[in-house]
Amino acid sequence: MSATAASVRSGAWSRFGHAMNNERVRRAIISVIVFVGFWEIGSRSEDLFGYRFPWIGLIPAPTDVFASFVPLIGDQGYWTSWYQSTRRVFTGFIAAQIVGIPLGLAMATSRLFYNLSFPVFEVMRPIPPLAWVPAAIIFWPTEESSIAFVTFLGAFYVVVINVLGGAKSIDVRYFQSAYSMGASGWDVFRRIILPATLPSIFIGSAVGMGITWEVVVAAEMISGGGGTSGASGGGLGFFIWNAYIGGSYPLIVVGMISIGVAGYVSSSLIRKLGETFTPWRRLR
Amino acid sequence: MNAVRSEGITPMNRQQQPAKEAKGAIKIEKVEKVYDPTGAAVQAVDRCSLDIGAGEICMIVGPSGCGKTTLLNAIAGFHSITDGAIYLDGDMLCGPGKPQAEPGPDRVVVFQNGALFPWKTNLENVAFGPIMQGTMSKAEANEKARDLMATAGLSGTENNYPGEISSGVRRRVEIVRALMNDPKVLLLDEPFRALDSLTKSVMHEALLDIYYKNKVTIFFITHDLEEAIFLGHRVVIMTTRPCKPKKMLEVDIPHPRDYSVLTSQRFRELMEETVEAVHEEAVKAFEAGEKEM
Repeated sequence: MSATAASVRSGAWSRFGHAMNNERVRRAIISVIVFVGFWEIGSRSEDLFGYRFPWIGLIPAPTDVFASFVPLIGDQGYWTSWYQSTRRVFTGFIAAQIVGIPLGLAMATSRLFYNLSFPVFEVMRPIPPLAWVPAAIIFWPTEESSIAFVTFLGAFYVVVINVLGGAKSIDVRYFQSAYSMGASGWDVFRRIILPATLPSIFIGSAVGMGITWEVVVAAEMISGGGGTSGASGGGLGFFIWNAYIGGSYPLIVVGMISIGVAGYVSSSLIRKLGETFTPWRRLR
Repeated sequence: MNAVRSEGITPMNRQQQPAKEAKGAIKIEKVEKVYDPTGAAVQAVDRCSLDIGAGEICMIVGPSGCGKTTLLNAIAGFHSITDGAIYLDGDMLCGPGKPQAEPGPDRVVVFQNGALFPWKTNLENVAFGPIMQGTMSKAEANEKARDLMATAGLSGTENNYPGEISSGVRRRVEIVRALMNDPKVLLLDEPFRALDSLTKSVMHEALLDIYYKNKVTIFFITHDLEEAIFLGHRVVIMTTRPCKPKKMLEVDIPHPRDYSVLTSQRFRELMEETVEAVHEEAVKAFEAGEKEM
């Protein structure tokens, strides 16, 4: 098609124009502009109207936030914080998958194992990951491992519960027809239980990813950033804490937005993976 | 009441039976099923006997919850029976000392709401059985699946997921998937129930068309008397719980049939002959249901 060829030739601008033609993208941009505009006016309300809006009048304006963000672009410490938090999130998250998915599947497929493990699991589950922070700091050898452990817990329970629920709610007719077509127990596990549970695994992962970001930030604040390389290497949670201690309000907001962006990117990644691995769900 | 003896309903007229290469005679002998999970014994099937000839289309009609599906599940090997025996071509599937049959590719079920695997494409679904049984390589199974789908008018849907096609087409894919296993018996549990009546009529002809090409025994559960008479060599009307044959009807309209049968004089006569018996059981089932509440 000639339209495609043209867009390839003129590159990024044409792609941008194309995206702007998309209703969804246009609405997303409007939503951000309105939000930031409202925030800007609200923050500067005292200068503009002589009246300070409650709450929002105290928050640094987006332009101030942006101004304090610009020097950070070249600041290695800031990016190290990104790296540290991301690394911790993914370490905890992947560990939770590695332990949680087999555990959930085992609980779903073996009644004996379910009866033995579920009561303990259900007692442990309501304990918020953050309640583990003091214990983790005391018991685990390094602060790094304490943070990793708490992050792991953040995703672990959600992953297990989703895998368990997904695998338990598989329609019995799938098993019956698989068995009557000659499938073995292993075939049923590999070709029925696993693919049927895959959507729940991804739902659990998306939720779990959100929780790990919540948890890692709080754990970094409480534990003092893991103590590895002081202020700059402590992760985004410690970055915020540091800005708070230093009294730099715009930097607090920079840290917050950084976490929002990081969480959004991580969740999008999980969603994309989910779409790739469960193609039959895309048509719904 | 013109109820037939509860045991020993004789097989259909031999001359009506299709091709001789047909296989899959089912003998149900005084089968009894009592559900007793809570101590309150519920008798679902009571000394039910039924002989189904090889290659026969046997339509089982009965009110909701009468225990027809229990019988089907016993043949398929999904549930156990508490007494009696079921034979396939003379071999005991379940009976004394062996309460539950093993599920196997010689008796494949097509379920009411369908059980195509949503995570597999239609082709993968159809090719599933022979690959699992190890009777064909993946390539062979795919090729046979393509051929079989083509004869059922399903070409072009091979790479779709079941979620992408209409429910009528889905049901046809599922019947083809069952036939891929070269079964002796096709067990159909109200397969067209969820379809609208127009799609249903297309599916009836499609099923007969598939049947004429693959003479298997068909054990077909339905609520729909018109469907039963249109498709079946024989219609067995079941009593409400506990389930056993109440009335048996030989459908003497010759096969192959098409939709013109529905308006024929003979079809109307057969409808009249059975509609009363079915209605009687439906009322009984309804009243029993009210009592339970």
